[in-house]
Amino acid sequence: MTAGRNASSDLTLLTAAAAVAAIERGELSPAELFEAYRGAAAADELNAYLWVAEDAHDPPPPGLALAGVPLAVKDLFCTEGVPSQAGSKILEGYRPPYTASVVARLSAAGAPLLGKTNQDEFAMGSSNENSAFGPVLNPWDRTRVPGGSSGGSAAAVAAGSAPWALGTDTGGSIRQPAALCGIVGLKPTYGTVSRYGMIAFASSLDQAGPLTRDVTDAALLLQHMVGHDARDATSIGFPGEIELPRGDSLKGIRLGVPEELSGDGVGIEAGVLDAFNATLKLAESLGASVETCHLPHAPHALSAYYVLAPAEASSNLARYDGVRYGKRIENDGLVGMYTKTRSQGFGREVKRRIMLGTYSLSSGYYDAYYGRAQRVRTKIADDFRVAFDQFDFVVTPTAPSVAFELGAKTADPLSMYLNDYCTVPMSLAGIPAISIPNGLSAGLPTGFQLCGPAFSENRVLGAAFALEQAIGFEASGGRT
Amino acid sequence: MTAASEFEPVIGLEIHVQLSTKTKMFCGCALAFGEPPNTLTCPTCLGLPGTLPRANAQAIHFGLMIGLALGSDLAARSIFHRKNYFYPDLPKGYQISQYDEPLCRGGHLGDVRIHRVHLEEDAAKLVHAGSSGRIHGSEYSVVDFNRGGTPLAEIVTEPDVRSAAQAREWLTLLRTTLRQLGVSDVNMEEGSLRCDANISIRPVGENELGTKTELKNMNSFRYLERGVNAEIARQEAILRSGGHVVQETLHFDPQTERITSLRSKEEAHDYRYFPEPDLVPVATSEAMLKAARDAMPELPAAREERLRSLGISAASARQLAWRTELGDYFEAALAVNGGTDPQSLANWVCNALVERVGEEDPNASKVTPNALAKLVALVSAKTVSSGNARVVLDRLVADGGDPAAIVEAEGLGAMAGGDDALEPIVETALAANADAAEKIRAGNMKAIGAIIGQVMRETKGRADGAEVTRIVREKLGL
Repeated sequence: MTAGRNASSDLTLLTAAAAVAAIERGELSPAELFEAYRGAAAADELNAYLWVAEDAHDPPPPGLALAGVPLAVKDLFCTEGVPSQAGSKILEGYRPPYTASVVARLSAAGAPLLGKTNQDEFAMGSSNENSAFGPVLNPWDRTRVPGGSSGGSAAAVAAGSAPWALGTDTGGSIRQPAALCGIVGLKPTYGTVSRYGMIAFASSLDQAGPLTRDVTDAALLLQHMVGHDARDATSIGFPGEIELPRGDSLKGIRLGVPEELSGDGVGIEAGVLDAFNATLKLAESLGASVETCHLPHAPHALSAYYVLAPAEASSNLARYDGVRYGKRIENDGLVGMYTKTRSQGFGREVKRRIMLGTYSLSSGYYDAYYGRAQRVRTKIADDFRVAFDQFDFVVTPTAPSVAFELGAKTADPLSMYLNDYCTVPMSLAGIPAISIPNGLSAGLPTGFQLCGPAFSENRVLGAAFALEQAIGFEASGGRT
Repeated sequence: MTAASEFEPVIGLEIHVQLSTKTKMFCGCALAFGEPPNTLTCPTCLGLPGTLPRANAQAIHFGLMIGLALGSDLAARSIFHRKNYFYPDLPKGYQISQYDEPLCRGGHLGDVRIHRVHLEEDAAKLVHAGSSGRIHGSEYSVVDFNRGGTPLAEIVTEPDVRSAAQAREWLTLLRTTLRQLGVSDVNMEEGSLRCDANISIRPVGENELGTKTELKNMNSFRYLERGVNAEIARQEAILRSGGHVVQETLHFDPQTERITSLRSKEEAHDYRYFPEPDLVPVATSEAMLKAARDAMPELPAAREERLRSLGISAASARQLAWRTELGDYFEAALAVNGGTDPQSLANWVCNALVERVGEEDPNASKVTPNALAKLVALVSAKTVSSGNARVVLDRLVADGGDPAAIVEAEGLGAMAGGDDALEPIVETALAANADAAEKIRAGNMKAIGAIIGQVMRETKGRADGAEVTRIVREKLGL
């Protein structure tokens, strides 16, 4: 942080919770705050935004829980009249006629839309390099990726051009970019947040979650995201309320460290593993017990995920056919139009996954691929259930490495997929998992992941908060 | 196989029934026929990005009622799948349909076993621009999404049908049953009832099934019968000339009666079915089962049996039971306390009334059930002859009104049995028809027709035939 920042930059240093408090105390006007962020977002040099609100927002009525603190929203959330393109050329300029439930909910709670953030196309990617609108740069080092697929949201929050942001996580798309950008990212229990209005990648895995500067902000945003929605048949809501975390003790907490996701030979970078182990020591000093545990089927999670997610995606993306909306490239006849529209409208990774998914659902292959992957998924969920009989939480490094250089993995999809090695098992199990900043390795952020049983968000946030206080992460390296 | 062998058709039917729910299968849009195009749509039934389906509880309720009517096993848990294929009438690129865990399995209707009943959503409607109105040669096509997402129940039979006529008759029973359930408009012309047929033939006595073809979308009862017959004939001709039937999907053109291939087995779609991840399984609760049972009306088969127990003939009972509106009309008339016997009333409804109103619903005619009951009572009491009663019925069909008043106003009342006026008229008729009188005296009672005819002419039909016969016998000393 340099001296001589102007006043509006100072406003953007506040966490969202602090800004809410300042507004409530009358020390800060929501319009002023919105304008400060609008300016920062408009001046963004990381390609984190695909759209920024043009006018200063009408201040929200006083007394709303989120007090007018603006919100950056991943491109794939539908926002009425505002481009919602899921990072894809095939939806370039598409403006939906309705707003996603969770965005509407947050807006009603007093978090107006600041901008739409860049992402990997249809949330398929771990580096944000699959966006049709160009890669996002990591604010800690602009030669590196921010992670993905919620890379724009993570970079914006880390760089201070958004107080907080919405992302979606299918196999790690909130947690991994949060780790690579040095912020907090939470994937809630599947079903707690409505998916209505989220442009789908893999329906049985997609879940919206917060990307924030600290654990308190994550809890505050999540508080106003969860809830049953009749428009989403898989929506369950949250039993009780999301509480703001407090306390700094982990006394009596049992942490399980799965051999399969953090042991030797898993391929976790040494610096990342060192930071992870240092935090385990810290946890013990806060009163937690740390023991090795086992998730025997976790090594198969990534394989199962890359059958199930592309299968669902191949079907979810069938609607982009050029008939009703989005891009359409005329060609000879109907099939010609379909072929040209989809060939040119989708990027390489999306087409790769459509092909993978189409293949695994095909007659004669279904049982061997999709059916088998579903059985693996069940086993993985069972592994976690068994682990949670013994442990309060399972902890792992979030991503196997720090942010890598742009282009480093684009030629090798498998090495890219391995970024999600530690995050995919929780997605398959549908359980809540948070990534918190865990110190630096070679000057770049690493992430510490903590997960618990379904609907244990309050406990997960509480433990993450205690660790966060103890770690004392210095986030200024990401500020632009 | 010799050219002389006799063939037996083996036919299974697949019926798509549009359910008359208030809203669409997976969204809240209203269902209506004939609204301006694309006015009954929402982001969900247009398949816009980010939208999600939610299952229509009323459609599931109707599906359970159909299952109960067909005696099916109702699944405690059924699931929706995605059936994936590209077509402009399918906005999501997949149809949500039930696949290997349908709502209902098994059962029977009449002598045809049911394989399964499942729920799904209808596609939108393609309208082909250009003079022919058909896809070939049209310059462009437009899509009306009003129909898209209409709830459908697909009823699949076992291959138990053995002729086109049986297919038609059975479909009539199914239609009546569905209409009675109140779950569909069951109008083939409007497409709320659609029938495909799987057809194969085999030599009589053979147990193995022949290669089947699927004949699509015959949109009337007549076309169903004609189409199935045409396909049976086509397959017979192929086999008799030593050829093989090819498994394919066929289209019957009712105008030309020609059958053309839509696609072969090799061209068949791989629908890549998988469980719809946006919906949860349908768990059929006790409360849902009870609601379905409580909503069940009396079905045609049961009504037929009940009518028989009233002493109504088999033919009348079937006619009244299978044409719901006729049965309803009959029962309304029977409820009028006119002292009529059920069979007489049934005869009047099934014959005289049906002759006059045809396929129309008699409940919508000017003849109220009350009026018909009174008319039949007048006939039974010999207050009006049956011949004149038909004249009264003509008046009722044309203008409505009260039968007794019409009889009174038009002087159509029967001459009372002991009416002194009748005897001289009969005597005159006997005198004028001496030949006939002689034949009657010789035992040929058929000759009495001439006498009765003249008496009826003289009395303008008011004489009672039986009374005339009595007087004739008396006069001739028989």
